[in-house]
Amino acid sequence: MKRVDDKSWVIKVGLASCGIAAGGSRVFGVFKSKLEGKDLDVELKPVGCIGMCYREVLVEVSSLKGRVFYGQVTPERVERIIDQHIIGGQPVAEWTVPQEEIDSFMSRQKRIVLRNCGIINPESIEDYLDSGGYMALHKALTKTPLDVIDEITRSGLRGRGGAGFATGVKWLMTRKAAGSPKYVICNADEGDPGAFMDRSVLESDPHSVLEGMLIAGHAIGATEGILYVRAEYPLAIQRLEKALEQAREKGFIGNEILGCDFDFNISIRQGAGAFVCGEETALIMSIEGKRGMPRLRPPFPSVSGLWGRPTNINNVETFANVPWIIANGAGAYAAYGTDKSKGTKVFALAGSIARGGLIEVPMGISIREIVNEIGGGTASGTAFKAVQLGGPSGGVIPASMSDIPVDYESINKTGAIVGSGGMIVMDEKACMVDVAKFFLNFTQDESCGKCTFCRLGTRRMLEILEKITGGEGSEADIATLEELAAEIRKSSLCGLGQNAPNPILTTLKYFRDEYMEHITARKCPAKKCQALITYIIEAEKCPGCGLCIRYCPVNAISGNKKEPHTIDPDICIRCGLCNSICRKGAVIAV
Amino acid sequence: MHTESINDKKLSLTLVDAIVFKHNVQPGAVIPVLQEIQEEYGYIPPAAIQRIANHLGVFSSDIYGMVTFYAQFRLQPPGKNVIKVCHGTACHLGGAERLTEAISQHIGTTEGRTSKDGQFTLERVACLGCCSLAPCVTVNGEIHGRLNPESVGKVVNKLKEEKTANVE
Ligand SMILES: Cc1cc2nc3c(=O)[nH]c(=O)nc-3n(C[C@H](O)[C@H](O)[C@H](O)COP(=O)(O)O)c2cc1C
Ligand code: FES
Repeated sequence: MKRVDDKSWVIKVGLASCGIAAGGSRVFGVFKSKLEGKDLDVELKPVGCIGMCYREVLVEVSSLKGRVFYGQVTPERVERIIDQHIIGGQPVAEWTVPQEEIDSFMSRQKRIVLRNCGIINPESIEDYLDSGGYMALHKALTKTPLDVIDEITRSGLRGRGGAGFATGVKWLMTRKAAGSPKYVICNADEGDPGAFMDRSVLESDPHSVLEGMLIAGHAIGATEGILYVRAEYPLAIQRLEKALEQAREKGFIGNEILGCDFDFNISIRQGAGAFVCGEETALIMSIEGKRGMPRLRPPFPSVSGLWGRPTNINNVETFANVPWIIANGAGAYAAYGTDKSKGTKVFALAGSIARGGLIEVPMGISIREIVNEIGGGTASGTAFKAVQLGGPSGGVIPASMSDIPVDYESINKTGAIVGSGGMIVMDEKACMVDVAKFFLNFTQDESCGKCTFCRLGTRRMLEILEKITGGEGSEADIATLEELAAEIRKSSLCGLGQNAPNPILTTLKYFRDEYMEHITARKCPAKKCQALITYIIEAEKCPGCGLCIRYCPVNAISGNKKEPHTIDPDICIRCGLCNSICRKGAVIAV
Repeated sequence: MHTESINDKKLSLTLVDAIVFKHNVQPGAVIPVLQEIQEEYGYIPPAAIQRIANHLGVFSSDIYGMVTFYAQFRLQPPGKNVIKVCHGTACHLGGAERLTEAISQHIGTTEGRTSKDGQFTLERVACLGCCSLAPCVTVNGEIHGRLNPESVGKVVNKLKEEKTANVE
C-alpha cells in the first residue's frame, strides 16, 4: 500500500453500478486527465459502494490530515476540487457531505459484510490482501473442517438469502452426506425487485465472497464452487471474473491451495432472467441445463444437489460474513444481534427515503431507527406510511409498528419476512392496493407454472386486485382473496407460491380501510389508481408554457400560449405524464 | 459511416458449431450456449436452435422450451438500440410507467416492440439493482438513474443524434 504523508493524497471515486449510473465513470476520467502532467502526489483509486448511493457520484479525498467526502460530484466540479483542495489545501466546503450527515448515516451501522465496500479497489487483490484478505482462509486451513463448522455454528450465522436457515447446520449436513464430488454454490441470483445487497458486495468486494466459498469448500470437503449470478449484473460478473483470475494466480484457487491438501475451483454461471431460479432446487436445475422448476424437498441439496451430489448452497451475504467470523471468532459475531438472530444484516434502502443506499446494522435495531435516523426520513419529508420488507415474498409493516426490532422472529410475527434485505420505504403517495397488485403481477409472471394453485391462483388474485383498483371491486372480493391466499399457501411446492399471498395479506391486515375506500367510495386515497382519479390543471398555477401539451400522448390538453391550459377528461388516459412534467406543479390528481 | 450492428449480422452455422463445441457439446451447457449466441446476434435465430438441437441430440422443441422459459432470450432481432425500463419495486413507485410512456412517445413504439425504422427496442426488466437511484433504465447495457419523463427524453435524443451523425 502506498504510504501517505502530509503531501500525499488519495482520491477515491465510487464506481459500483450506482456510482456509474450517476455518472461516476466520467468523473473518474476527468480526475485522471486533469491530474495528468501535474506534479502532484495523488493516488486515484476506483472503489465500490460505501452505501451512500443517494450522494453518488461520491468522491473521497484524504490525506494524513483527514478525509472529506464530496457528494453529487459532476465532471465540472473536478477542476476546482483539485485546485482548491489538493493544491490549495482548502476543501470546497459547499460541496462536501456534512460530518453530521455522515455520522448519522454511519454511527448506527456495524460493517462486517460491508467491511471493505467503498474502501478498497475491488479489482485489486493487493488491496484486499492489505486489508487482511485471505488471512481467514489461512487460518481455516490450519483447523479441521469440523472445527471450522463448529465456529460457524457457534457464531449463530443464519442464511441471508431469505429463509434464515442456520449456516453451520447446513454445512455439517453437507459434510456428513455421502457422495463425491461435493459442490459449493453461491446464490447470486438476487431476484427480489428492490434489493441490491448482493450486487453491491460483488461489485465492491468480490474476494470476500470467494474467500467465504473457499472456507466452505474446506469445511465441507468440496472441490468445486459455482457462482450463479443473474445476467442483469454485468459489472458484478466482470469483477468476479477478474477476482477469480487474480486469486488463481496467487494460488488461493486451484490445486493444493496454500500448500495444503485442498483443491478447489470456482466458476461462474449466469442466470437467464427467471426469478424462480433463485430457489435452490430450481437454480440447480438451471445449472444442469434444464428449465428451472423447483422440486419437492427433501432430499435437500445438502444430500442430493447438483448432478445428484451433496451440494451446499448459500447466499452472497452469507459467504461474505464467513471470513470475518473465522478471523474474529464466533463470539465476536454473536456479540451483535438478538437472542435468536445473531450478527448483522445488510439492508438495501430505497423508495421514498432521503438517504437511500446500502446499510449494515446489528439485528434487533428498530425499523424506526433505520428509516428515520439512518435513512433521514422520507424523500418527500412527509411522514412515512409503511415499509415493505422481503419483496414479493414479504409484506408491508405500517409506520405505527416501526418500533419492533428487526430480527427473523419479530418480523415474521407481523406477516412480513426479513427476506434478503430489500427495504422499500413508502410515504402517503403509495397506494397499498397498488403495491399488492404490483407484487402479484410479479409473482404470477414469474411462477414457473408447475403448481396449479400458484399458476392460476396468483392470476386470479391479480384479476381481483385489478378489479378493485379499476373501481369495480366488491366486498366479496376481499373474502375471495383471503380464501385464495390460504389455498395457494397450502398447495404450492416452493416459497414463491407459498409466500405469494403475503403482500396481499399484510396490506389487508394493516390497510383494510384503503381497500374499502377503493371498493365502497370508488376512490384511491393515494391518488395512484388511474381509474379512480382525474387530472386537472389549476388555472392560477398554470403559466401556459405548453410543455404538457407537447408531452400528452393522446392530445387531451389544449390552451393558448401564456393562458391556463385545460385537460379533457374524456380523452385523458391518466398516464400522469403531464403531472410529472409540469414545473409549476399545476397538474394535480383529484 | 455506417457501422454494422448486430441485427444485420448473417447467421454463421460455423460460429454456432464453434460455440457448442467450446462447451464440449454438453446438454447441461445449453444456457451458456444460448447466451453466447444471443450475445453475437442479439437474439436466438431459429436456424441456430435447430443446429444446437442436432448437436446435442435433443428435439428442437426442447431448446424452444428453454428459450421461452428464460426471459433473457429473444426470438426476434432487436433494434439497433435496446432500452430496458426497470419495473422493480422502487422504480415502480418512482414512476416507471410514466417513464415508459414518455420513452414510447420519443421512439415511436411500445413496450415489447421495435420501432419501424429498426432503431429502438423497448423492453421491461424486473430490477437492475440500482434501486436507490430509481427510476432507472439501461440503454444498450449502460445504466441511467434518477430519471424523469423529461430527462429520459434527452437520453433518447442523444441516441437519435448519434444515428444522424453516423448516416452523414
Ligand atoms: C422463489 C424463490 C426465490 C429465491 N431467490 C433467492 C435469491 O435470489 N438469492 C438467494 O440467495 N436466495 C434465494 N432464495 C432462497 C434459496 O432457495 C436458498 O434458501 C438460499 O440460497 C440459501 O442460502 P442461505 O442459507 O445462505 O440463505 C429464493 C427462494 C425462493 C423460494
Ligand atoms: S427497482 Fe429499479 S433498479 Fe431496483
